[in-house]
Amino acid sequence: MRVAILGMGSVGKGLLQVINQKDLGITVTAVADSKSALMDRDGISIEEVLEAKKIHGYCGDTSLSSVDVVTKAAYDVLVEVTPTNATTGEPALTHILQALTRGRHVVTSNKGPIAREFERLHRCAAKNGVMLRYEATVGGAIPVIHVLQQGLAGNRVRAIYGVLNGTCNFILSRMAAEGLSYEQALLEAREMGYAEADPTYDVKGIDPAIKLVILANTFWKKTVQLEDVDITGIDMITNDAIRLAEEEDCTIRLIAEANPERGILRVAPRLLPLSHPLVVEGTLNAITIETDLAGEITLIGKGAGSVETASAIIGDILFIRDFHAGSHKKAP
Amino acid sequence: MKLEMKDAPGQLVAALRPISEVGGNIIAVIHQRDRKGERGEMLSVQIVLELPDQRLSDLIRLIREQGVNIQRIGHERLLYEKTVIVIGHLIHTDLGDTVDRIDCTGFAEVTGLNISMPAITQVSSARLVIKAVNKEDMEQAMEILRRVSREKDFLLVEPLEEVE
Repeated sequence: MRVAILGMGSVGKGLLQVINQKDLGITVTAVADSKSALMDRDGISIEEVLEAKKIHGYCGDTSLSSVDVVTKAAYDVLVEVTPTNATTGEPALTHILQALTRGRHVVTSNKGPIAREFERLHRCAAKNGVMLRYEATVGGAIPVIHVLQQGLAGNRVRAIYGVLNGTCNFILSRMAAEGLSYEQALLEAREMGYAEADPTYDVKGIDPAIKLVILANTFWKKTVQLEDVDITGIDMITNDAIRLAEEEDCTIRLIAEANPERGILRVAPRLLPLSHPLVVEGTLNAITIETDLAGEITLIGKGAGSVETASAIIGDILFIRDFHAGSHKKAP
Repeated sequence: MKLEMKDAPGQLVAALRPISEVGGNIIAVIHQRDRKGERGEMLSVQIVLELPDQRLSDLIRLIREQGVNIQRIGHERLLYEKTVIVIGHLIHTDLGDTVDRIDCTGFAEVTGLNISMPAITQVSSARLVIKAVNKEDMEQAMEILRRVSREKDFLLVEPLEEVE
């Protein structure tokens, strides 16, 4: 299986390391970052690429770009792991459309294009007879998309509830465990590298809302947009509020909820009993799926991290190899 | 509800046991003996109780199975309970009014209020217990509370209730 990887951030590097360490039958024939690209139809040297990135800050030939990789490189699967843009989905959206149109499968961790253009991208994939997989966009290492699409095939999903943002969960669980104020817990999250310098995206609930849109598009209807989600963040939560919840054996968690029967698409802090399966600690993610046949299923796992995200991407690549082998057009 | 039973040992216990079986909570038991001629001495008992939503019909069946006659069932009242947390400038935005908006509905009441006020400039946090007759009324009460929260810039933290 030949893959081309776009993006050499923590996810891209983690993926390259895992492919290098494990004998998975995956050959990397091209890589690109924002400044350069490298292609070799027989496979590039992963060690050299990682070393070059470390020394120069870019991975290959500066006269080549990601678009060259997408349109010219020899690959079966394009792995799109460039930084996400939730507003336009670019440049990932263009990359993905070009690869699909070229008859190549696409695996991505990029939330922007999947949340923005779910229907259009899937139509394009279907038209070209290839697969578009996006396990790594939601829940980090948790294989929730596989569970929804394959494991629970034939079920009607009645609702999904989830802790989809590790940063918020870390802040809320630290506020509860240590009696910290919201500001103190946020500061700690920053020091631990769990929160960005500008944490708006996480603490205002936008990131989990984008993930909820992707889940809703997967199991509900393909036209759900971010604007359809009722979003409330955690930045107003006080330590007193958590203490008042604890007096009733409850706590507060940021829950993303999609319920087709009641027409609910909502991200908001909620009261949950301490014994509830969605009450997970630290940066963990947790997702409960309510179905008509299987009943309730809860998945808990690491919601971020380069190797954990690589796990989700590799799962997608190998799924395509094992269940869609030979259906892609042969690269020239 | 008002029950009628034989004044014999074990009868009252037999009549009350189903209440705990359906998860109910006895608030008051009032009983009096009546002379009923040929039928012997009968015991008439009035019970005030709290029941989980939708369990009343189970209770009626179980009590009848004990051979106890139910004479009358009073009004169902405020059987459904929900705890929420509200964060914001609760005092300066007239806490009395916030509570009143629920209470004045007639079908829901704020029955518990725990408030924590750190400093005059900072936001307060409160835990509210709301009771309503049934789920529909509770949802209406919650809708009122959501509206008030938007009006007064509160953060309303609702319990997560999963699909039944």
